Amino acid sequence: MARQRKALSLISGGLDSMLATRVIMDQGIHVEGVNFFTGFCVEGHTHAIRKKDKAKPKRNNALWVAETLGIKLHIVDVIDEYKDVVINPKHGYGSNLNPCLDCKCFMVRKAHEWIQEHDFDFIITGEVIGQRPMSQRRDTMPVIQRESGAEDRLLRPLCAKNLPETLPEREGWLQRENLFDFSGRGRKPQIALARSLGIEDYAQPAGGCCFLTDEAYSVKLDDLWRSRGTRDYELDDIMLLKVGRHLRPRPHFKLIVGREEGENNFLEGYRKQFTHLRTLSHPGPLVLVDGEIDADDLHLTARIAARYSKGRDAASVEVEIVPQGGEPQRLLVPPLAGDDMPDNWLL
Amino acid sequence: MAHHQLDARRLLCPMPVIRTQNFVVDLPPGDTVEVFCTDHGALNDIPAWCRINGHEVIASRTGASGEVVVTVRVGAKSD
Ligand code: SF4
Repeated sequence: MARQRKALSLISGGLDSMLATRVIMDQGIHVEGVNFFTGFCVEGHTHAIRKKDKAKPKRNNALWVAETLGIKLHIVDVIDEYKDVVINPKHGYGSNLNPCLDCKCFMVRKAHEWIQEHDFDFIITGEVIGQRPMSQRRDTMPVIQRESGAEDRLLRPLCAKNLPETLPEREGWLQRENLFDFSGRGRKPQIALARSLGIEDYAQPAGGCCFLTDEAYSVKLDDLWRSRGTRDYELDDIMLLKVGRHLRPRPHFKLIVGREEGENNFLEGYRKQFTHLRTLSHPGPLVLVDGEIDADDLHLTARIAARYSKGRDAASVEVEIVPQGGEPQRLLVPPLAGDDMPDNWLL
Repeated sequence: MAHHQLDARRLLCPMPVIRTQNFVVDLPPGDTVEVFCTDHGALNDIPAWCRINGHEVIASRTGASGEVVVTVRVGAKSD
């Protein structure tokens, strides 16, 4: 009997990778999924943090897709290795700080390493020609194959008929005529295919699959790099960029102000690592200070904290300041007036 | 059959699942692991991960401090 062929599918949690996987499973291939966690994934975090999102069903879409399809899913932490992709993308960025082409090459390369270690035969992705401006173009599809090292062991079931034959097709492990020829940004063929396969519930992520495609997020990441004078980050840095209002009143420090209870609770977890403030006389947010501040700065930050508290219209607000590793102190300050707060402080 | 504890506090999903996955991979079937988390998403994600990978959640509780504890029994390894 012929050997059971095995494929590893890059599962993002969206519809395309779900369909690509199902199409290959239906051809008798054993498929397992892989999901790479870069730290920028939209999944989970925002839901976990913001209270208003708590009402929405909170599920990890990649796990949910795997369960729906009945396949195993391997979630791989690539946080550290991914830094080089974000910091030095050979092919540059998309419209924000999203290095999509380098990212795809990286993920397929990791998948290729995985299939070699686990004795799998090929890799599948839900890519569609013309779907995304940077990574899913006719001329970039071969770049991913080449730079990842996967070469013709990379199959894109949803647009395979528009591309040269790959190894699994050539070897007859599956039938090319049962693959698809989707192209472009339209979603109709995917939705029709989902319907014909009886898939009715799926996630429809808006925009890209990660925070790097988000303009507001990219502005904050860029500011972090500029202010530190180095393009680097730790996981905590990129998590904190997803939370709160970020204000930079002076080049040498930034404030992170919780916008609601969920965010304040999340920021609480970082109290030991940062100088932080909270208002005592009135309810108000937790404010973290990222950077070194002197006595003048302290006064200014206290006034800003007061401004975001319920005492914003009061004559004075009592603020507690806890320097990192130091003794708490209290200040009575007038909240900063709106006119004294230039728009460009807000990142 | 050993019992283990795994600290996944202050980690946001999917990190608690990744920690659980990477911890369980070296354990024999039948061992149990209590995973301590502060992200409540773990209450959905760890059981989902267990269901698809052949492990079992034998208990899950929310502690007084709001911390969640999910207990996993390692299933038979299929590969
Ligand atoms: S949107 Fe983010 S995760 Fe998706 S390909 Fe681009 S950089 Fe990678």
